[in-house]
Amino acid sequence: MGKTLLQKVWNLHTVRQLPTGQTQLFIGLHLVHEVTSPQAFETLRTRGWRVAFPERTFATVDHIVPTRERRRPFLDVLAEDMIAALERNCREFGVPLWNVGDRHQGIVHVIGPELGLTQPGMTIACGDSHTSTHGAFGAVAFGIGTSQVRDVLATQCVAIEPLKVRRIRVTGRLAPGVYAKDVILEIIRRLGVRGGVGYAYEYAGDTVERMSMDERMTVCNMSIEGGARVGYVNPDETTFAYLEGRPWAPPGEAFRRATAWWASLASDRDAAYDDDVEIRADDLTPVVTWGTNPGQSVRIDEPIPAASDAEALAYMGFEPGAPVRGQRIDVAFIGSCTNARLSDLREAARIIKGHRVAPHVKALVVPGSAGVQAAAEREGLDAVFRSAGFEWRNAGCSMCLGMNPDRLEGRQVCASSSNRNFKGRQGSPTGRTLLMSPAMVAAAALAGVVTDVREVLS
Amino acid sequence: MNGPERITAVEGGVLPLRGDDIDTDRIIPARYLRTVSFEGLERHVFEDDRAAARQGATLHPFDDERFAGARVLLVHSNFGCGSSREHAPQALARWGIRAIVGVSFSDIFFGNAAMIGLPCLTAGREDVEALMAFAEQHPRTSVRVDLSALALESDAFSCALSMPAAARDAFISGAWDTTGMLLDRVDEVRAVASRLPYVTGFSAPPRA
Repeated sequence: MGKTLLQKVWNLHTVRQLPTGQTQLFIGLHLVHEVTSPQAFETLRTRGWRVAFPERTFATVDHIVPTRERRRPFLDVLAEDMIAALERNCREFGVPLWNVGDRHQGIVHVIGPELGLTQPGMTIACGDSHTSTHGAFGAVAFGIGTSQVRDVLATQCVAIEPLKVRRIRVTGRLAPGVYAKDVILEIIRRLGVRGGVGYAYEYAGDTVERMSMDERMTVCNMSIEGGARVGYVNPDETTFAYLEGRPWAPPGEAFRRATAWWASLASDRDAAYDDDVEIRADDLTPVVTWGTNPGQSVRIDEPIPAASDAEALAYMGFEPGAPVRGQRIDVAFIGSCTNARLSDLREAARIIKGHRVAPHVKALVVPGSAGVQAAAEREGLDAVFRSAGFEWRNAGCSMCLGMNPDRLEGRQVCASSSNRNFKGRQGSPTGRTLLMSPAMVAAAALAGVVTDVREVLS
Repeated sequence: MNGPERITAVEGGVLPLRGDDIDTDRIIPARYLRTVSFEGLERHVFEDDRAAARQGATLHPFDDERFAGARVLLVHSNFGCGSSREHAPQALARWGIRAIVGVSFSDIFFGNAAMIGLPCLTAGREDVEALMAFAEQHPRTSVRVDLSALALESDAFSCALSMPAAARDAFISGAWDTTGMLLDRVDEVRAVASRLPYVTGFSAPPRA
């Protein structure tokens, strides 16, 4: 009987079975940011512990960073305290930090892959649930809480329960205007926001195999929205081509040896899965959420189902049976660890080029990292966005969550390329989020209402 | 939280909180994560939901005096989904919650709660519904959540509970604070690391 990638990587990183029945799992890469780490570092300080593997630990700032005015000290004294704490912790414990203004600063889940830190076969942990993103490379990557951040800092290990594996085979060609974001929103809609509890999701099938690394990251990123702490894609030539030449990827002859090892970790043909699901992608359309969890979505040409959750409908101000298409928006946000990579910005720019944002819409683009920002500016994408009426910001989590100055106000409706449409998620306790692909956000920004991007493209 | 201590049972009042898929943004809104400690988070637990309830002239269970001092939180399914913020179980624990009984929990929330000594146990949906209804009618109901017997008991009500064996054993033996256990085997950790090709820079031939 063959093994899945999850089983192979898990076995290679198992230190021992703990008396509690959990696995003591070695963590190959620990990514740290300002929000979930200060209490963990404080415990190390109090107990007199060191960071066990500082060379496998990297920090950056993303959640609280203002994306417009970044002068220090920050105007928000709480945010300033947090960044100052991270600076002190990284200095004291010997952890490299990419700070505001550094060329490698950015959202943790954007910079890890971009720098080649994220590699197939690694176990990757970070105090952030969207760590599943890194699974796109064939890593086993998961979010942890602050107590586990403490454990990884002090021991480079976590105590964790084994996961089952569900293979999700996506087959067929995506039509123009339909993107990786639509694929994962459809998966969540079909399997539900709790469907993945206890599972790792292995994304397979020809649709996924044809996807770029950016697209695979978008899919793996939102595994957690489907309840799966881990999502991954088996590594292949696309993965290796992406990594070659990146700053932390193995160089020269070592890269050749690395690819042989990476390839050996892919799930075996005869691997056994705990569950198997197939999703056809050729008839997929753009998908948009209407509710307050990422599973509450419709295909753009469908109405909101009649039997929808009344509480979600009331919060959103929607009527059952109404279309989402045509819904007026106030804000358009292109950003977040789900969709703020160069290819996302290129696709959105292609749609808005030569057009103007609707007068009543506040539109902003927040590159996922300083690297993405620099690359986009070299291509002139910033000028395309600016001349269309978008604000062009510096890298950070921005309006994905209400931890920095970028927030919704009142009951504003936001067309958003981010990952969560929870009540209050974008910083206003009554704000409303419609999740969609960045291309769909671009189309909505121009029209001022939710629009089918396929019509704009045709 | 001072630990580890053995947690074999939790006794106290019940607080029923209805709704599936209650996410961590609702438990503790992100703006309160702008802090370098967990202190005071209990003041903001469910803050936006509670404000919305007041606006709608209803009473959120966390504002309902009848449930003041409750130690056992009752929830529906997929409780704690969303972000990995440990601030969510921290806020609940600091508010006074000592155990959570629900239909199901998100994986990350369940683990985070366990790490701070807050056990999450599951019960069948019918049992949860019945207990919620009972607690709403008899708000001063006191229950005993027994981790050893895996049962919830009160004068008028009892039901079976479940919890993964590993998590349960950790609470009962007082081994839920993992760092010490993990620190115990530094040499074995180094040995595992030294066998991983990426740790050694792919300098040796790959071990396929």
